[in-house]
Parts: sequence; structure tokens; C-alpha cells
Amino acid sequence: MNVALIAFYAFRETLRRRVFLAVLVLTASFIALYWLGARFIFSQTSSFRGGVVDENVVRGASIFGLALFATYFLGCVLAIFLTLGAIRGEAERGLLQPLVARPVGRSSLIGGRLLAAVLVCVPYVATVYVVVLAITRHTLHWTPDRQLEPLLALMLAVTIIAALSLLGSVFLAPIANGITVFMLLGIGMVAGLLGQIGVAMKIHSLERIAEASSWVAPFEALYQRSLYALTAETSGVTKTVLSLGPFGGPQAGPSQLWLWSLAYLGLATAAVLAVFARRDL
Amino acid sequence: MPPALATRALVKRFGRTTALAGVDLEIAPGELVGLLGPNGAGKSTLTKIACGIVRSSAGEARVCGARAGSRPARAAVGYLAELFRFPDWLSAEEVLVLHQRLASSRGGAGERNDLLGLVGLSDARRVRVAAMSKGMQQRLGVAQALVGRPRLLLLDEPTSALDPAGRRTVRELLERLREREIAVLLNSHLLSEVELVCERVAILSHGRLVATGAMDELTRSRGLEVETGAGVRLIEDVGREQVPRVVRELVAAGEEVYSVRLVRSTLEETFLELTGGDAA
Repeated sequence: MNVALIAFYAFRETLRRRVFLAVLVLTASFIALYWLGARFIFSQTSSFRGGVVDENVVRGASIFGLALFATYFLGCVLAIFLTLGAIRGEAERGLLQPLVARPVGRSSLIGGRLLAAVLVCVPYVATVYVVVLAITRHTLHWTPDRQLEPLLALMLAVTIIAALSLLGSVFLAPIANGITVFMLLGIGMVAGLLGQIGVAMKIHSLERIAEASSWVAPFEALYQRSLYALTAETSGVTKTVLSLGPFGGPQAGPSQLWLWSLAYLGLATAAVLAVFARRDL
Repeated sequence: MPPALATRALVKRFGRTTALAGVDLEIAPGELVGLLGPNGAGKSTLTKIACGIVRSSAGEARVCGARAGSRPARAAVGYLAELFRFPDWLSAEEVLVLHQRLASSRGGAGERNDLLGLVGLSDARRVRVAAMSKGMQQRLGVAQALVGRPRLLLLDEPTSALDPAGRRTVRELLERLREREIAVLLNSHLLSEVELVCERVAILSHGRLVATGAMDELTRSRGLEVETGAGVRLIEDVGREQVPRVVRELVAAGEEVYSVRLVRSTLEETFLELTGGDAA
């Protein structure tokens, strides 16, 4: 009950923030740009014949992979900005004390804030994904091999980022927390790219780095999984050519990725609850 | 009925800093107690422990018999922080609705009307927090603290942002709370304000309770100020009982007595004496 109440007010506050309006406007711009780009790519490459390479798959998977990256990145930006000042930032502004003094469990406050962030970010990611998928189908006449898996992976990745940002907000001031989570995101991306290079060039040490990073930063592994799922059923030269690009998605990640990601989310949430329960305001 | 607030050997340490060094304080139901002390004396820490947003390091704090910070204790407390803010997009009434829900108050519109009237914001119920003056927000904060009919009201510097008229409103409000039998711990820098409204005063210095008692107990008699034809003078060591005798003796000595007044030390003097002259 209290979780829903806190989530409701946090959600209302989110909708009132100008940043949300800015995100909507910029997302609309991104989608328009994507649509335009997809049209140009199709019109100017439709005469290409790749021989052993299925040029339609390479074209579709590459540009849709780019869209997936943008969706993931924008979803993470939203998740971070909605949670980076949730605890320490709001306590410093004096917004939190009147709420915490009420007979409401601190777990309800955390649950409410996380729920509000998820209620904004997950539908956002889903909407952008579905729109971009529809554009890709319509303009490039290509659909990913798996359509639901990339979406689920991105939604879970963004939820994990929201939980990590919430955890950071207990310890760090908003700007410091934002920088920290963005750097974490960046480190994850670098590890993911190293893994891609490792797979493409058969450098096992790089592959191992990527595998280790998927345990530490499962959000990046989920993003890589979403890329992988785009052409999961594709093979041969087409797959090899795709894996050389940044959105080729050669890494499926560990077999227990879903389970570990859910456990990681649970652990991150439990950590926020544990540290906030002992935090003086 | 258990005390509204009872602390026993209450200690709070922030790293190497000891904010409270063993405080024993008791507030009876319906009692209005002023909490005084210089900056850094531990007043806000004590208030925050009582409302459960800071945990004690040792000792005990109980609110209406329940451990401070527990759900029953928080349900019995109304708290106005020194630094607080409400979401600026909410109206005064919406702030109270939010806190009614959080406090599981069933007071509904009646309680909101009552509280807004009590703090003089009846006409501002639909005004958004963003459009309110600091004084209006402070009064809304007091109304918010009273949501759910708390048995202990913790006010941390409630008048710090108010103009003289606003201070008077809060003072009158505190008088009315006495009628509702709500115990109040008023943490304030304004000694004159505490002197005017509080039944009892507790003075903290360096995390220790250095004095507690009724106003008469904390201030001492300084003597009798007498105005005669020869001017005004202070006769020391004279209590109320000795006044008729002193006047008789003066008249018998041929002096013309125009006025006499018992002079007591002020709360400020007592405060400065007990805290070693630290500023409040």
C-alpha cells in the first residue's frame, strides 16, 4: 500500500519534471532521425548484392543494433536521472525527513522509488523498441530473429541500472552518484566491446574479460545478449561479417545470465534496503 | 499513561564526535517543554532520535512507551524538521492528503480543514507550495506535523523563518495544542519564545543535559527593586515573603515608596551561565 503511494507521488513528480519532457522531445527526434536514416539506407543500398552475405540481414541488424544501443543508453540515462538523488539528495533538500518520520517502512520508500523509476523507464524502453522495430520492418523489410528477447534484456538491464543508481544515492550526493553510475555504465560498455573484439579475433583473454564483466556488470551482458538475439539464428559469412561491427552481437553471455541478472537485481535492492535502514538522516 | 518521551542515558556518536553524551529527559503527556542549547549542543540530534530518523548509539529513547523509531512510536509522533521541504507542485491540501495517507489518518477533509484553520491557511488550501512564502510553508509544516493527532509533537526551530506575526501565530497555536493534550518538545534558539510558551525547559550543552525544570526553578531571585524619593535601587537577597517587611521599614525610615518589583534572573542569564556563555 505504502509502496504504491510513494511510487504514485514519485511518478507524478517525474512526469512534472522538465527533464521528462526533454526526454520525450529528444526521443521523438531520435525516432524521426532513425526513420529517415533507415529510409536512406534502404533506398541507397537496395541495389547492393552481397553474394555469400545476406545484405538485407547485415543492413537491418546493423541499423537496428544501433537503435538498440540508443534505446539502452536513453533508458539508462532516464533511470539514472530519476534515482540519482533519491536518498541523500532528497535528504539534503529536506524532502525526505517528513516522509521517513511517518510510520512508513523505509523499505516502502525504497520500493516506491524503484517502482516509480521502473514504471517510467521500462515502458519507455518498450515503446521506443516497438516503434523502432516497426520502422525497421516497414522501411528495411527486416525483422530480428528473436523479437521479444532483446526487449526483455533491455528492460531488465535498465531496471538493474535504476537499482544501482538508487544504491549509490544512499551514499553519494546526486552529481557524484550520477558520475559514478555513468562511469560504471561506460566501463561495462568497454568490457562488452573488448569481448566483441575477442570473439571476432579469437583472443581468448579478451573473451574471458568480457565473461568476468558479465558477472560484475550484468546490465552490459544483457545489452550484449539483446544484440546477440537479433541474429541468433543467423550463421555463416553473414554472421561473421556482422560480428566484426560494434552491433554484431557475437556474445550470448553466460547460460545463467537471466537468473544471475535477476539475482543481481535482488541483491542490489536488498543492499539499498540494508544500508538505508541504518542510515541517519 | 507512559511519558510522551523518555530518554535514559541516551548517547549518539557521529564518528569521533559525541553529539549526545547520556541524556535523561522525560516529557509528560500534554507537557510543553522547551529544548535550549548552543549550536552543536545536540538538540536536533535528540529530536531526530525521538522521531526515528537518527539511531542512537547507546541508551534508550521511548515515545509513548514504544521504542523510538519503531512503527508505533512514529505513529505517535508529529515532526517538523528544521530543514524541510514539500514537493513544490503539491497544494497545501495535497500535502496534508499525502501525510494523512502516510500516517493512516482517517481524519479526512475534516482534519485537513481543522489543521489549515489552526495554522491560518484556510484560504490557501489550493495554493501550490511553490507559490507560498517561507512563512506559509513553515505554517504548513506545522499543520503537516499535526496530521494523525500525534501525542508528541517535535518542533525543530519552527519559527526560524517566520516574521513576528508568524511567530505569534505559532505561539498561539502551541497554546491551543496544550488544550488538546499534545506533548510538545520545542527546540528553539529564541529564548524569549520558549520563556513565553513552555512550562518546562531543558538545557543541553556539549551533549549533556545541564539543567531541566520549570521556569521559576531555572531562574533565581535577584532581589527587590524599589523606587523611592531617593531613586531606584536594588535590595538583594529579598524574597516575596520579605516584601511587606522591607516596605514597612522603608516607610518607617521616612522614605516615600513609589513602586516595588521582585526581580528574577532571565532565562537568558541562566542559559549563559549554564552553557558557559556559548551563543544559543
